[in-house]
Amino acid sequence: MLGLNKNDLTLLAIVAVLTLFAPFILNPFPADSAMAQFNAGYPDLMQRFIIFGIFAIGFNILFGLTGYLSFGHAAFLGVGSYASVWMFKLLSYNVVPAILLAVIVAGLFSVLIGYVSLRRSGIYFSILTLAFAQMSFALAYSVLSNPRFNLTNGETGLQVYKNDPQIFHGENMQDFPHFFGIYMNSTHTMNVGAWSFDFNAGYYLCAIVMILAFYLSIRIFRSPFGMMLRAIKSNQTRMSYTGLNPRPHTLAAFVISGMYAGLAGGLMAAMDPLAGAERMQWTASGEVVLMTILGGTGTLIGPVLGAGFIKYFENIFSKINDTILHQWFAFLPDGIEDFVVFIIHPFIGKGWHLTLGILFMLVVVFLPGGLVEGGQRIGKWIKSRGKSDDSTASTEPAE
Amino acid sequence: MDALILQILNGLDKGSAYALIALGLTLIFGTLGVVNFAHGALFMIGAFCAVSLSKLLQFSYVTIDETQKDFLGNPLKVETPYIESWFGPELGASIIDWSVPLSILLAIPVMILVGLIMERGLIKHFYKREHADQILVTFGLAIVLQEIVKYYFGANPIQTPPPDALMGVSNLGAWFGFDLPYPNWRIVYFCFSALVITGVFAFLQFTTFGMVVRAGMADRETVGLLGIDIDKRFTVMFAIAACVAGLAGVMYAPINPPNYHMGMDFLVLSFVVVVVGGMGSLPGAVLAGFLLGILESFASTTWATTTLPGINQIIIYLVAIIVLLTRPRGLMGRKGVMEE
Amino acid sequence: MSKTNYTRRGVLKTGAVAGAGVALPTIFTAQSAAAYTNEPTGSTVTLGFNVPQTGPYADEGSDELLAQQLAVEHLNGMGDGGCLNTFSSKALKGNGILGKKVEFVTGDTQTKSDAARASAKSMIEKDGAVMINGGSSSGVAVAVQGLCQEAGVIFMAGLTHANDTTGKDRKANGFRHFFNAYMSGAALAPVLAKEMGNDRNAYHLTADYNWGWTQEESIVASTEALGWNTVNTVKTPLASTDFSSYIAPILNSGADTLVLNHYGGNMINSLTNAVQFGLLDKVVNGKDFKIVVPLYSELMAAGAGENIKGVLGSMNYNWQLQNEGSKQFVKSFGEKYGKPPSNSAQTCYAQVLLYADACERAGTFDPCGVAAALENFEFDGLGNGKTLYRADDHQCFKDVLVVRGAQNPTNAYDTLEIVEVTPADQVTYAPNHPMFGGDEATLGTCNSGT
Repeated sequence: MLGLNKNDLTLLAIVAVLTLFAPFILNPFPADSAMAQFNAGYPDLMQRFIIFGIFAIGFNILFGLTGYLSFGHAAFLGVGSYASVWMFKLLSYNVVPAILLAVIVAGLFSVLIGYVSLRRSGIYFSILTLAFAQMSFALAYSVLSNPRFNLTNGETGLQVYKNDPQIFHGENMQDFPHFFGIYMNSTHTMNVGAWSFDFNAGYYLCAIVMILAFYLSIRIFRSPFGMMLRAIKSNQTRMSYTGLNPRPHTLAAFVISGMYAGLAGGLMAAMDPLAGAERMQWTASGEVVLMTILGGTGTLIGPVLGAGFIKYFENIFSKINDTILHQWFAFLPDGIEDFVVFIIHPFIGKGWHLTLGILFMLVVVFLPGGLVEGGQRIGKWIKSRGKSDDSTASTEPAE
Repeated sequence: MDALILQILNGLDKGSAYALIALGLTLIFGTLGVVNFAHGALFMIGAFCAVSLSKLLQFSYVTIDETQKDFLGNPLKVETPYIESWFGPELGASIIDWSVPLSILLAIPVMILVGLIMERGLIKHFYKREHADQILVTFGLAIVLQEIVKYYFGANPIQTPPPDALMGVSNLGAWFGFDLPYPNWRIVYFCFSALVITGVFAFLQFTTFGMVVRAGMADRETVGLLGIDIDKRFTVMFAIAACVAGLAGVMYAPINPPNYHMGMDFLVLSFVVVVVGGMGSLPGAVLAGFLLGILESFASTTWATTTLPGINQIIIYLVAIIVLLTRPRGLMGRKGVMEE
Repeated sequence: MSKTNYTRRGVLKTGAVAGAGVALPTIFTAQSAAAYTNEPTGSTVTLGFNVPQTGPYADEGSDELLAQQLAVEHLNGMGDGGCLNTFSSKALKGNGILGKKVEFVTGDTQTKSDAARASAKSMIEKDGAVMINGGSSSGVAVAVQGLCQEAGVIFMAGLTHANDTTGKDRKANGFRHFFNAYMSGAALAPVLAKEMGNDRNAYHLTADYNWGWTQEESIVASTEALGWNTVNTVKTPLASTDFSSYIAPILNSGADTLVLNHYGGNMINSLTNAVQFGLLDKVVNGKDFKIVVPLYSELMAAGAGENIKGVLGSMNYNWQLQNEGSKQFVKSFGEKYGKPPSNSAQTCYAQVLLYADACERAGTFDPCGVAAALENFEFDGLGNGKTLYRADDHQCFKDVLVVRGAQNPTNAYDTLEIVEVTPADQVTYAPNHPMFGGDEATLGTCNSGT
């Protein structure tokens, strides 16, 4: 079905179910409980999971398949965001033209950068992409926001002002991005007993786009083109001996992943119509690299997991403060409570970077294949446990 | 004319910081084949050796002065450094005054220890892993080191002044009959860097140890077949690289007050320097460091920014692109390094 | 928790999606229609404190957070009550706000506009915050202010000094307690004239982004009005760490005054470099070379150490102010945390109390009601002396401090000394001043999220 084999179809189905039911899955704790702190099912974070998931899926098409490590992918995301906001400013708040233009502009931009950067490989390629992205960031942050020629609005971020043309903006339309009248920030909150679940229009737009993007990436992975890209990764010289020129294929992969980044940028602007320059900084490019490696390079689902992991920490762990800790451990005797809080204190709130850094190291040391390998190991362990229950312990090595 | 010379001096000064960090990076890469994203953090730890020593030396006991009041109206607590009461106020004060140069003595063992622990404890398990994994693990390590420093020293920069004798400016042009004032400590920094760079090169060039390491960089397997334990030597090289970055940090502290993220600020630039110089090439790293430092200084002159607005923001990256497109392996890179 | 911006189709669509997923059992309670975003229905009300907790301004952020926690304590009737004792409005009783206990959530802006909006959104969407307060940069303030306007909550901007926050980017739901670049210029100018004369050649180094530009514009305008000559204005990249190549050209430029339009780490490094190059020991045109840092903060002073001696600048507040409110605040803060408050801490503390007081006076948490209560509100006793929140642009008007790096500080906290308290009249400007967006700038209408 859909041109996929059984395994891929299952994977796609799982992803589709997970994204569509995310409002339930991400809010497992009752809204008033102490554990509600760990709920991630509010619109903004769910949108972010999806958007960075798309970004990482696209990045993985380049890095996972061809092995070319771009350190400047955030530039495409940023360009996509700027393009979208400009569409909001000039045409109307409808997200469709905005997202389309974001993809197109990011595509063109990546043709340009890819064409130049792909003349080199290995770390030289990485540094070229980094250089282009940093240049874009520096220009967007200051030079391109000077009062005479304000393309990016610099530090504050590009946003829609009342006096912008917005030629197709309807009289009684609200000032917020919408999909033919469905506003991206409209949310329906469903209360089930103590639980509360948010269904957000913007989230579902992102979710549908991501399922499509994920489907496309499976098709690319399984296509002859995908095989070709893998051949580039494993042995480029041998590939060119067979008479195939690797560069057009790599460039195609680069542009596709640039367009994914543009799509992510466009969606980001659609969810929140403001585009800041720091989206293009090297730290942002580094983040998507980390997401992909953390999740599992070259796997289909890995980058999405990695994106979710990092964004979860950024948004949930950074918000836990001492007051909350004291609430959690209030049941302990005073001295012990303070001690426990004292021990945990460096790792939460303003220490969330520390926790993230430690987790990076743990994952890469113990799970060389990223989070996906962790999942596989758990799967195997469950299976083997099941087996050992059936057949007696005699098959186990005596250790 | 003297404006030009001033900018060259500034460039050499910036360049020496870039060169020292890049030297260590390329050394680690050339010997161990590891892309070390934690190298900036080593530079930062070096700078914080200087901060720690100056704090340690100023470790004080508190006496209460009833005649003065603090901001809440309570009697003022006066802090006197132990060192002043042990060595007398004058000698004590001058020891504190010279804390930055003194911290070189602290930094060398600390950095070697940090380097050895890093290499034996973590990096060694990543020789055979993909570069991507190395990046993730060293980046994680860099964040952890950074956050530890932030936890103890805060996020605000900490002023670490040079000794009084080395503050102020000297007129370098006096001998030639024109006015060319330049800060003393920056002159010290440049000379110190030149010394360290020369030291590293001499070590690699003229000692047997260095010879083996260079042979190992060229062909690791053959050297291994000769019965030499090349891994052990590479470990030592890692410690030396860490030490070079650390010393660069110590001496940099008086130029700009250290903060916990200074390593990250230098990390990207030093990678650009290494690659422009040519991955795995030591002279390349030094050359590129000074070249980019000087170009950066020139690009920040009013003349340059009025001709090409924004050039000061992008010059380094622009140069990197031009160099890499005209010279595929950087200025002095070897074929086959990091190209798979 | 209630939500904003329903459209009929939006509800239909989301309802349809939900309906497709599960057959709705009767247990699902219909959502009660709220009058405004995050209307507190229980016995508590939640405020959102959005401050930088990572990145270069983390210390500034943690100082703000301390002050905000102190304010919450005082509102809930704990501690010594702080400025509730000195505040000219007596609406607050120390029993929370409108009888509801005050709780707070915290977030990390990372001093990036994207991250700041993300954490503000999470506080609004997830934790039900009715007010967002804090921050340490103008970019972040403008970005979060826009968000709060869309979401329908009140934004009390923390440290933000650019003219735009209450200039061309002013919003009906946003209020600024901090002073701005124009006020710095207006307050500094007379002092500069007195101390340095009317015949000076100024050289500006300016951080190359929006805040830097507005400050440069303001300072150039007010110093040129004194008769000063502007030799050159040079933009420096925000990412610069070493300013030597920008300092060196000053030596032979004929300038006798250096104005550093830098903030935070940029200012600490550029000042350190300027002193390194011996600028302060120079005599140019027969005058001693001087450095001016229009915007000071305690943390910058601490970071710059000895280098700030004698350097003039302006501040929003300093703990050495001797009015009743200030003395009370310094006492509460100092006894609790063992150090005097910084000017960003005072800003956030005052804003939390002001917000609470406005809710009490308005009798509601509805942002429109609160905004109306804050507009043209005049008060005293929070540390800054007599203060007015102007209705036209939601900028606050109060005395501005001109300060100088102390020559002989006795401890770590009196590194700055107050030179002059410039009265509010001297720094007041018209709401349609050209530096503040002119006639085009409007607040828009207040949004309560319905």
